[in-house]
Amino acid sequence: MHGIITIFKKELSDHFSSYRFLLLFALIAMVSMVTVYMAGLTITKELEGVAKPKFVFLMLFTSSGVGFSLTQFVAFFGPLIGLILGFDTINREKNEGTLSKLLSQPIYRDAVINGKFLAGAAVIAIITVSIVLLISGLGLIMVGVIPGIEEVWRIFIYLIISIVYISFWLGAAILFSILFRSVATSALAALAVWIFFSFFVPLGANAVANALTPDAGESDPDAVIKRAQIGKALSLTSPMELYTDSTATIIDPMRRTTRSFIQVGMMEQLSMARFSGPLSLGQSVLVVLPYIISLIAVTAICFAISYIVFMRQEIRSL
Amino acid sequence: MEQKPIIETVELTKKYNGQAAVDNLSFTVHEGEIFGFLGPNGAGKTTTLLMLMGLTEPSSGKARVLGVDPSREPIRVKGMIGYLPENMGFYRDLNAWQTLRYIAELNGLLPGVADERIESALRMVGLIKEAEKKVGAYSRGMRQRLGIAEVLVKEPRVAFLDEPTLGLDPDTTNRMIGLIERLCKEKNMTVLLSSHFLHQVQKICHRVGIMISGQMVAQGHMKELAEEMPETKDGYSLEEIYMKYFREE
Repeated sequence: MHGIITIFKKELSDHFSSYRFLLLFALIAMVSMVTVYMAGLTITKELEGVAKPKFVFLMLFTSSGVGFSLTQFVAFFGPLIGLILGFDTINREKNEGTLSKLLSQPIYRDAVINGKFLAGAAVIAIITVSIVLLISGLGLIMVGVIPGIEEVWRIFIYLIISIVYISFWLGAAILFSILFRSVATSALAALAVWIFFSFFVPLGANAVANALTPDAGESDPDAVIKRAQIGKALSLTSPMELYTDSTATIIDPMRRTTRSFIQVGMMEQLSMARFSGPLSLGQSVLVVLPYIISLIAVTAICFAISYIVFMRQEIRSL
Repeated sequence: MEQKPIIETVELTKKYNGQAAVDNLSFTVHEGEIFGFLGPNGAGKTTTLLMLMGLTEPSSGKARVLGVDPSREPIRVKGMIGYLPENMGFYRDLNAWQTLRYIAELNGLLPGVADERIESALRMVGLIKEAEKKVGAYSRGMRQRLGIAEVLVKEPRVAFLDEPTLGLDPDTTNRMIGLIERLCKEKNMTVLLSSHFLHQVQKICHRVGIMISGQMVAQGHMKELAEEMPETKDGYSLEEIYMKYFREE
């Protein structure tokens, strides 16, 4: 056990003293502050002379003042935090010859990878929590509305999902750092996967859905629904999609389903129109629980693969 | 008086893709001894060391280090062995003190004990004045000495030194050799020294084993090996002995 703790402490202090972390933190803090500042301006302008809606504070996270909202920003650029923190975890130690020394100490081999992953996850947690606290403070000053208990809970759950999501990318980056000996190759591979899931999966999902339902049109409503279903199912293979859907529902109580309008059945539309109030927190969580669990599962799988590959590697090749 | 065996291997074999890197290796190292592990590059010296530390699984055969099977209880064995790898690396941003502190913590030493040991290790290798300097700014010789200090901090019963003098200038080499000899005497450490620099090994080793292509072709005291030479002549150097076996291959 002392192995994991020692490695965790060392990695954490390495992260905090690196320029990489400082730059990353400064960049993210800057963008989030600007986003929330603009969102705050928009919200105050829109709400002038209107009765105060129930969840004003959460609007800071969802309304887009500069073309994108904070949740969108994290969905898109959050992965970069994980990738940048993790892409040289193992191969740098291999290249510098410190890994064989580390492994010849009386620690289990998994202590190395566990300690490093936990340290990365801790850095991610610290970054996201401090950013959210910063922008909450800014939001309080800008909008002047104190968040209710439920809003605090929603932000808390949002934070947890974000940490898991970014940790998934950290796990992926660590996997590449084990698979590739060259630091540059693992960085490129990690970036390629990020681009694939962020750009190609959403585009590709639509393309495949269109190809599979060629006769969709006004004459064939069944095919239209089918097309939407296929597209959605395919796009859910991307962790980004899982994250976007789950956080959007958690942070916006007025969102009652993750499905698109086409996929919602007649009766469901009727009932949704009739009860137009916000969902309670428990119900919001229920809607996206499968998404959250899938996200945790892919993170665990990704880490498990790194773990197995690392445990099986020959020391000679380290 | 019966000497206590510290390291014992019986028909230890390691195969990579069907090719034997270490082939039916059997040898014994006794307590307080400096055993010179000789052989050309790629003879399987490092692989043997890795197997003795439980870092690589042997394909067959048995090994015992201080009575413990390294493939069964690698953590216990690794706690008792100080290892100086060939081409060892360091964290460039840490200074010597921090580097040794990290090693001490990985070995589960309490801070008080660790500080004492670090100080005495740094004194022994003569780095106490440079302890606050970052390792990235160290010369090759200093790094190698820091590597020895890492071994010392563990206060191991056995030390595996893999090519400890590789790439050092003659003066530093001599000092390194002297240091190793002192360790063996003062700390009663058993040393397994792998090298292909024969003169140095000759100076300090009590016994040597010559390894070629995964096999131990000869082992024993320097005198015994010299007697095996065809012509009887006084004062065979290790090099002559070594070259004899090497040519036979």
